[in-house]
Amino acid sequence: MRIALFVTCLADTLFPEAAKATVRLLERLGHEVVFPVEQTCCGQMHVNTGYQPEALPLVRNYVSTFAGYDVIVAPSGSCVGSIRHQHPAVAAAAGQAGLAARAHDVGARTYELSELLVDVLGVEDVGACFPHRVTYHPTCHSLRMIRVGDKPLRLLRHVRGLELIELPDAEQCCGFGGTFALKNAETSAAMLADKMTAVESTGAPICTAGDASCLMHIGGGLRRAGSPVRTLHLAEILAAT
Amino acid sequence: MTTFLGMPATAPRGVGHLRGDEPFPRAAHTALADGQLRRNLRHATTTIRAKSGRVIAELPDWQELRSAGSAIKADVLSRLPELLERLEARVTERGGVVHWAADANEANAIVTELVRRTGAERVIKVKSMATQEIALNEALEAAGIQPVETDLAELIVQLGQDRPSHILVPAIHRNRSEIRDIFLRAMPGVDPGLTDDPPALAAAARRYLRETFLSTRVAISGANFGIAETGTLAVVESEGNGRMCLTLPETLITVMGIEKVVPAWTDLEVFLQLLPRASTGERMNPYTTMWTGVTPGDGPQNFHLVLLDNGRSAVLADRVGRQALHCIRCSACLNVCPVYERTGGHAYGSVYPGPIGAVLSPQLTGVEDNASLPFASSLCGACFDACPVKIDIPSILVHLRNQAPHPPAEKAVMRAAAYAMSRPRLYARAQRAAKLARIAGRRGRALPPPLSGWTAARDLPEVPRQTFRDWWAAR
Ligand code: SF4
Repeated sequence: MRIALFVTCLADTLFPEAAKATVRLLERLGHEVVFPVEQTCCGQMHVNTGYQPEALPLVRNYVSTFAGYDVIVAPSGSCVGSIRHQHPAVAAAAGQAGLAARAHDVGARTYELSELLVDVLGVEDVGACFPHRVTYHPTCHSLRMIRVGDKPLRLLRHVRGLELIELPDAEQCCGFGGTFALKNAETSAAMLADKMTAVESTGAPICTAGDASCLMHIGGGLRRAGSPVRTLHLAEILAAT
Repeated sequence: MTTFLGMPATAPRGVGHLRGDEPFPRAAHTALADGQLRRNLRHATTTIRAKSGRVIAELPDWQELRSAGSAIKADVLSRLPELLERLEARVTERGGVVHWAADANEANAIVTELVRRTGAERVIKVKSMATQEIALNEALEAAGIQPVETDLAELIVQLGQDRPSHILVPAIHRNRSEIRDIFLRAMPGVDPGLTDDPPALAAAARRYLRETFLSTRVAISGANFGIAETGTLAVVESEGNGRMCLTLPETLITVMGIEKVVPAWTDLEVFLQLLPRASTGERMNPYTTMWTGVTPGDGPQNFHLVLLDNGRSAVLADRVGRQALHCIRCSACLNVCPVYERTGGHAYGSVYPGPIGAVLSPQLTGVEDNASLPFASSLCGACFDACPVKIDIPSILVHLRNQAPHPPAEKAVMRAAAYAMSRPRLYARAQRAAKLARIAGRRGRALPPPLSGWTAARDLPEVPRQTFRDWWAAR
């Protein structure tokens, strides 16, 4: 299958390993990955911070970049959530019904990685091998906005050698929330502290998730606290052999 | 020809409890430093969450019930004037008197005057959010009338000269030893040997309240529902103290937000399943009191209904925001909110705390008067999932953020980012230049404000040598 990659601005700039892993994984499964270079950012940060009109050109750019592809994948539940739910709304609010309809179409063809693997490609065993103990944090937008459910866990359970350790209070937000972490830094840090305690209580040396943004937050906190626990994007584990 | 009468007014300044003294982040700073508060909140919200989760799981049609509740509320909002007039007609037919209050000032004046006419110097109160919202107690006190709260938690707040911090459990920020101290200090006739054993605390409150019930002639309540079809009002509570207030006195004055009207008696079937399960985790509500006008020889012989707008029409005018008027004040969204759990209710500055407060208060007052509240959320979405009437709180928050005033520096950065990000080539160049971690120093630990908020507790990731885009191009 020919799959277009929406890398997300964060993975492109700061976490390219997650994006490269996505490419390696899909190619290993026998698919063709294309990277339309016109892509930039989904605009979620603008929408969520109250800059909806400013996000409109970003919506337009996403739609025009990916309109020609049947299947689009992004290694981020949060960006997929924004593309699916916010893009049509931003276009509609600006009175652009045509763009809203196209945004809706493209959004319906845009999948988060675990959705693509399980729902579209029909695989749970991706042939990965990762002999480590791992705990999984289900990020809020994957969980409640696009409802990936237990798809990431099903993928992880098939990874050879991987021991999955359940994260206590897993569904609690890590406190990231985009600009929330700046505007309400102390509240965000209090939420992060509890998430870090939960992660460390598992004894797993690796915490994984389907969103680089939340991992940047949790990982940044763990590193500051001098914790030996590392964060790793789900794609990197699934790509490992 | 149509005449545009202008936008409906928001809740007036200078009266009521809808505006805080300081922005949310500053108020949260104080709350976060209070370890006792955080422990009390964590314990209380975790307990309610678990209990509520269990009884909700028992119902196979919970999602359908939520949809039904949401649909009924949407229908109400689409024909609010008609339903309110029908309610007024039915209440009047059955011997009640209906008053219309455009805002807090009018409502307070109406209620104060009604009490004054009875000659009573003291009133008993059923726990009510609407009367908290308009600061009715303060207005009564200023007129020389003593209001006595009869809900146990509300009484604790009143005696402690405190403010409520939760919709359902106003004293959630207090633990039992603090409650004992408040009782010893402020409850008339309390036993000086009172312990902090919960049954002993409840018994002390009961002794005090029983005397008050039997010697007070006027009661003031809110209403959970007002049924347009029959003119029936309903109050839902757990202690029975509300029922005492609603049945014993000669005069009953009910202050009801205009959005609390429902079309028909049968609609309660939906809400009386949703409300107790979502709020206290009970299958059935313990005390549901309903009354229709005046029944000769039974219960209060004078009944007044005050219909309160106080900004609600302004909320109704906003297509996205109006969903907030679906709220049945169950407080499930507070109990699941990770922000509320850590900051408590006072940080929100308004009587409506938590996620619903963050969307309702700014709409009632106008966003400029509560500009920090729409940002007091990580948009995790737990509130939306928990809400029994399916209010999409995260979407309203995002919507209100558009109306909030933005700091000029932030605006400049966001505009520049949007400009670059809608031009792929410029974006790729800017990306290579962005070496955030360089200016942050070694291991990304010292950025200037507002980015310092991040580096106070978290390291920045190291900037990789090559972007994905460059790797792809070189592949
Ligand atoms: S918004 Fe929903 S969950 Fe929150 S108090 Fe209102 S009805 Fe309950």
